[in-house]
Amino acid sequence: MAAEAKDRSGKLRWLLVAIPFAWLLIFFLIPFFNVLKLSFSTRARALPPYKPVFDFADGIAGFFAKLQQLTLANHLSLFTDPRYVEAYLSSLKIAAISTVLILLVAYPIAYGMARAPREWRSMLVMMVILPFWTSFLIRVYAWIGILGNEGLLNGFLLWLGVIDQPITILTTDWAVYIGIVYSYLPFMILPLYATLEKMDETLLEAAADLGCPPIEAFWKITFPISLPGVVAGCFLVFIPITGEFVIPELLGGSGTKMIGKTLWYEFFNNRNWPLASAVAVVLLLILVVPIVLFQNAQKASEAK
Amino acid sequence: MRKGQSWFNTTSVALGFAFLYAPIVILVIYSFNDSKLVTVWGGFSTRWYVELLNDQAMLDAAWITLRLALLSATLATVLGTLAAITMVRFGRFLGRSLFSGMIYAPLVMPDVITGLSLLLLFVSIDIDRGFWTVTLAHTTLTMCFVAVVVQSRLVVFDRSLEEAALDLGCPPFKTFFVITLPLILPAVVAGWMLAFTLSLDDLVIASFTTGPGATTLPMKIFSQVKFGVTPEINAISTILITIVAIGVIAASLFNKRREVERQKAERLAMQG
Repeated sequence: MAAEAKDRSGKLRWLLVAIPFAWLLIFFLIPFFNVLKLSFSTRARALPPYKPVFDFADGIAGFFAKLQQLTLANHLSLFTDPRYVEAYLSSLKIAAISTVLILLVAYPIAYGMARAPREWRSMLVMMVILPFWTSFLIRVYAWIGILGNEGLLNGFLLWLGVIDQPITILTTDWAVYIGIVYSYLPFMILPLYATLEKMDETLLEAAADLGCPPIEAFWKITFPISLPGVVAGCFLVFIPITGEFVIPELLGGSGTKMIGKTLWYEFFNNRNWPLASAVAVVLLLILVVPIVLFQNAQKASEAK
Repeated sequence: MRKGQSWFNTTSVALGFAFLYAPIVILVIYSFNDSKLVTVWGGFSTRWYVELLNDQAMLDAAWITLRLALLSATLATVLGTLAAITMVRFGRFLGRSLFSGMIYAPLVMPDVITGLSLLLLFVSIDIDRGFWTVTLAHTTLTMCFVAVVVQSRLVVFDRSLEEAALDLGCPPFKTFFVITLPLILPAVVAGWMLAFTLSLDDLVIASFTTGPGATTLPMKIFSQVKFGVTPEINAISTILITIVAIGVIAASLFNKRREVERQKAERLAMQG
């Protein structure tokens, strides 16, 4: 009877695995291959606005005939048209600079939180998470009112007398950086805090007793210990920033080129679905390296 | 030395929190601004809230968004909890690294790619886009967040409790609902709330996967903001912020209460 029950629970087990597994296959993995397929197609005046790539509706011969119509033109144009090259490079540049900025802003905050009195810490963590629960779109929108020419920041600077004429911040890359740092800050603070909080403070006391100045102790002890948090935080922010659409669209100007924005315009404004797919495929190829690194880092921390 | 260090710590935490909260506070204050210009203070007024209540299109969008978030968060919680159990309990199985990849990848994947790929899926299997396609899209995205949250709780879970129940002849299914689920409930609730707010918040994926008649609130806000800043958006933002704040505070009180009760029960058990 026990064996029978075990057998039944074994079957149940597989059913339990199968449901989420199948769901993610159908709604996450297979759609990517679909995007890849479509990226080889060409645009058409039809609904949906692309030429079918291949299916078995026309039999085997039809399948091969369609296969021959596939084109690499979409992908190639991404590498030859300077508009796209520029958008990719500029996305990577903005993501890299933002990641460094976020790290610089987040580190002292996470450090201060980890060294706060123990009974305060969980409340501080809660307060970092709280803005994250409120709408991302609304928080980006709030910056429009602050950064505009007649915005609060310019008003404040004029009042201080630092400037005698409003400076243009909104619609520049500066506004995009401010918006990105602001929106992604919690994603960096939390992993940093998690590693810093676990750190044994007696190590610093020992270093101080041995005559090590605090700054040197920081670089030799604290920073290496926090490295897993630094790595996790950087990956968590770098990848989504590269494909960011909302922030450059709302805070940046026409001069801000980012690939998420390009993809959106190719899709919605130009209705060139095959080209938009090719943009996504190439972006994904670029992001594969950091995504794989991120997964390995996750696995390493899981193994610990 | 110790004193100087803590001065630095306090300042950086205070400045950090000021940066995180200032825009939200400013937004809330200006939602009560009488002036039509968002940046000029024209006295206290609730006129934008009144205007909002008369904006039927905005209310419709809010209603759709709410139903969508309730439905997709619930589906995502069931699927995400199953996925977390699979990840933690089932050891090695064929396709495990593929499965874990599919759970972590959506967390960092740019929204434009996820949105585009789901849209093309819906087009190629030829289903009408609208409320249901957005629900499917949101469920897929948010179940991964639920899985990660629940997983972190399951990892520190004491399995001997489950084993004891099974040894005493409790069927696996019942064991799950009587023992496992109540113990991981705080994580499941947190996962549901995260899924719910992510769904309320999403603009990009919804824009790709929606169809006629299913305009969500973020889509509505986004298109209004593109036309120019209107104080009505401040009012609706303030309402959303208030709802979320109440929800989060209620949930944390609920968790704290459970924790206190659990500790009390443990103490009693020890004494008994």
